[in-house]
Amino acid sequence: MRKNRMPISRRAMLAGAGAVGLTLNLPKGALAAGGKLNFYNWDTYIGEDILGNFTKATGVDVQYDLFADNDELFAKLRNGNPGYDLIVPTNDFVERMIIADMLEPLDHSKLPNMKNVDPAFANPAHDPGRKYTMPYFWGTVGIGYRISKVSKTPDSWADMFTSDEYAGRMAFLGEATTVLQMALKLMGKSMNDWTDENIAAAEAMVLAQKSRITAFAPDNGQDLLLAGEVDLAMEWNGDILQAMDEDDDIGYVVPKEGGLLWEDDLCIPKGAPNPDAAHEMINYLMDAKVAAENADYVYYATPIAAAHEHLGAEYNENTAIFPSKETLANSEVSIYPGQEVISKIDQAWTRIKAAG
Amino acid sequence: MEDFRKHFSVFLTFFTPTAGWLVLLFFVPLGIIWVYSFGENISLTEIKTTWTLDNYKRMFEPQIITLFWRTVWLSTLSTIITLVIAYPISMVIATASNKAKPWLMLVIILPFWTNLLIRTYAMLNILGTRGRINDVLEWLWNLGDGALDLIGLGAFDLLGEHFAPIRFLGNNSGVMIGMIYVYLPFAVLPIYSSLERLDRNLLEASLDLGAGQWRTFRSVLLPLTSAGISTAAVITFIPMLGSFLIPNLLGRGKVDMIANVIERQFKSANDWPFGSALSLFLLYITFIILAIQAFANMRANKGRNDG
Repeated sequence: MRKNRMPISRRAMLAGAGAVGLTLNLPKGALAAGGKLNFYNWDTYIGEDILGNFTKATGVDVQYDLFADNDELFAKLRNGNPGYDLIVPTNDFVERMIIADMLEPLDHSKLPNMKNVDPAFANPAHDPGRKYTMPYFWGTVGIGYRISKVSKTPDSWADMFTSDEYAGRMAFLGEATTVLQMALKLMGKSMNDWTDENIAAAEAMVLAQKSRITAFAPDNGQDLLLAGEVDLAMEWNGDILQAMDEDDDIGYVVPKEGGLLWEDDLCIPKGAPNPDAAHEMINYLMDAKVAAENADYVYYATPIAAAHEHLGAEYNENTAIFPSKETLANSEVSIYPGQEVISKIDQAWTRIKAAG
Repeated sequence: MEDFRKHFSVFLTFFTPTAGWLVLLFFVPLGIIWVYSFGENISLTEIKTTWTLDNYKRMFEPQIITLFWRTVWLSTLSTIITLVIAYPISMVIATASNKAKPWLMLVIILPFWTNLLIRTYAMLNILGTRGRINDVLEWLWNLGDGALDLIGLGAFDLLGEHFAPIRFLGNNSGVMIGMIYVYLPFAVLPIYSSLERLDRNLLEASLDLGAGQWRTFRSVLLPLTSAGISTAAVITFIPMLGSFLIPNLLGRGKVDMIANVIERQFKSANDWPFGSALSLFLLYITFIILAIQAFANMRANKGRNDG
């Protein structure tokens, strides 16, 4: 889901080669929606030929716009939909948008490719019954590290939150909620258990560690890791995967206490001018071969089970993309806690930032 | 000049677009922010204007006071250092030959041709612990350490066991270096223009009449360029107060200023009313500073006319 996805030339070439074969057996559009589709997505978050092939297959032109983070997407839509048909928010923002009545329910009869989705994704907490969303990609927050500079694999959040081994060599994420949630995981609590005591305990933990933290990186923890400014970085797995592609000395691990699981969803905002075309695109993206081509380019975990047979072991068995079963079992999805808790988290974060 | 009252249509032609621009793009948005600041969040996306003062009361939370205070003192200190650096630069340009002047001005203005974000990233590259400055320092350290080895003192680790890079970033110094670097040209231009307008004969007269260099500088040059200095101070201090990118990148997110809190209210905290109140508070501070400057200028002019 995260920013700065730079297309990688080798992968891009493979994806391009795949596309040549793909054009020959294009899935036929289920309905002829026609017209134009306004698609609002993260940067470098779709295979290079997918939009073009979609237009060839369906006759629908795609207007493709980019947002940098969920806050930007939400801020843009909160006072009314400026004309988007298809958006890709992360799970906790999906929840907010459902609560705020900003999403259009999906018509499952227009989405025959739903059968390709991994059953584990059929009934998520943030959208029971998949009424409003279809899964696009998923991933984790864990620790990216420089292999030659660590004494052992930093497989515990204690390495970042309480140890002084990596003092002055650690970058945290700049997002209040995620940082405090990882502190909660280390305390053995659920990351969604936002009692006042838990917020205070997590705040105290980060405050005590602040002088050893190099940066609360706004969105460049992987850059700091690559530059050698830090040796540990709490980051989204996709950002670290990119860094791993550039530098063999970088590894990624989801700590044993569990990390954060995220899922980006395809949804249709209320007031979309062309919901038929949006349904058609969602269905197209869930096609096994299209999803495989997309995953090979984006290099995040695809929730389309049927896509795996079209992907190689390099992707399917990549532990930075798919964490171990045990780690996965300890990991959690962040649930939107309500505005009151969000305010408390922000106040705790401001206190952390204000400390000298 | 012609009296515009006699040519009302001409006046209207020039006035309407300007006023329309100002009203539509400045007063209306500001008015909305002002109304928001008296509002309450009633749902994720709706704000109800209840004319509550709660958002302003929250200004007095200790962490907000701390951040306002940090913002003010970091900006004040940075402004003073900026002026101290800008004054000699301006003097060099003002006293340069007519041929050299445009080139020197170009050097000052050149950074403006590059986007602020890119300049800030460049500073990251220069100031990091693996940055260019520390590269040079490490090279010097190795040189020194090698020299000690040569004269047989290598075993004593006189320079420390390893090279320890200087941490410029992630602390107050990083933020200040960034602000001074970015706003220096803003300070040079007004000081330079006040030096340009200065009657050089006054300096010669002062020296001829027995005042030393320092006395001439303090009693003649400084007072005569005070208008330029105060303009420079104001136009560097005010944008520094609103710095957001620099604390985020050069402060490594560890040294927040008040604008970082404001940004969060409009994004992750989703608390537009509180964000609006904070922005307006910053605006009021700006107005007060501008008023003080106007008042000081008025007094200075009056003093000059009376004398």
